[in-house]
Amino acid sequence: MRRQFQSPIVLLGARLLSPYIMVFGWYVIIHGHYSPGGGFQGGALLAASVLLIRVAGGRRVARLQIQEFATTPLAVIGVVIYFATGLVAMAMGGYFLDYSALPIPGMEPEWLRYTGILIIEVGIGLAVMAILVMIYDNMVRGEDYA
Amino acid sequence: MFAGILIFAASDLPYRGDPDNLMHAEESITGTTVKGNYFIKNAYRDTRTPNMVTVVLGDYRSIDTFGEQVVIYTAGLITLLVLRKTRRRRA
Amino acid sequence: MLDFFLGHYAYWFTVILLCIGVYGILFKKNLIKKTIGLAILQISVVLYFVSIASKWDATVPVLNPDFPADQVANYLNPLPHTLMLTAIVVGVATLGVAFTLLLAIYNRYETLDEEELIEKLQ
Repeated sequence: MRRQFQSPIVLLGARLLSPYIMVFGWYVIIHGHYSPGGGFQGGALLAASVLLIRVAGGRRVARLQIQEFATTPLAVIGVVIYFATGLVAMAMGGYFLDYSALPIPGMEPEWLRYTGILIIEVGIGLAVMAILVMIYDNMVRGEDYA
Repeated sequence: MFAGILIFAASDLPYRGDPDNLMHAEESITGTTVKGNYFIKNAYRDTRTPNMVTVVLGDYRSIDTFGEQVVIYTAGLITLLVLRKTRRRRA
Repeated sequence: MLDFFLGHYAYWFTVILLCIGVYGILFKKNLIKKTIGLAILQISVVLYFVSIASKWDATVPVLNPDFPADQVANYLNPLPHTLMLTAIVVGVATLGVAFTLLLAIYNRYETLDEEELIEKLQ
């Protein structure tokens, strides 16, 4: 952004709203089994809470929350969670992404599938959040260096 | 004119919301099984999860979702690479 | 007649949205407006898929003990919803890529108008 104006009221409102949006995003991810929701929607909400601070406060304030270089590793972590779930299931003798072969003792195959879906939803949520924030950051930076 | 042709064509589509439509049927014209009813019937039995959309997304079509996640990751990487190259040339 | 209208008006509205999108892509000169037309076209396809998934007197595809899952007429078809869920997210990502490319074009040529861009390219 070329020119920023500081507005304490907008920044205060964003700071007030942002944690609640983030908590609601995690709620949407975790409760994706029982109500409409899931990884993509929750990830978009998490990205909204991060981007709200970035839009309201500019780069100097946003550095305090999630730093710009941290978004790429977060996206990689999200993709790797998904991929590792599939690989572990394949190493344990099932098919790729066959959750009923996950090595968690004492669970029936149905509940193992339940757990597997929960794990990959968290991975999807992290990846979507990190990538939306990454697109925003890169576009702002590209505009700066015009 | 394009809109007229498309609206005329859309008038021949089956009624919206009719449960007897072909895509809600058990078998298609060629005899293969249509998957939608299978998902509705067996989603809770297979994974103990009430939300069928989550089950189809995460379990039955999980490889599709994985590919899709790779696609959005690639999109993020494209923004990173394109704009970083611009910055290096300017500097 | 009313039955025919109620059965088809959703298709007609998606067709109108699709035509707006195609018009934006073909006839607008500004590249940003072309991209907006692309997004409108994509939204029309998403709305079409969601509208063909509907059934009268059915509920959302979240299992409710009041409605047995054996009778499939109780629940909407979950497959188009899932496909469109992924399509929306891919759409957001590709829109981000499109705007990134536009930003790179603007940084280099300092215009987004199509004809000026062709002139500057030569």
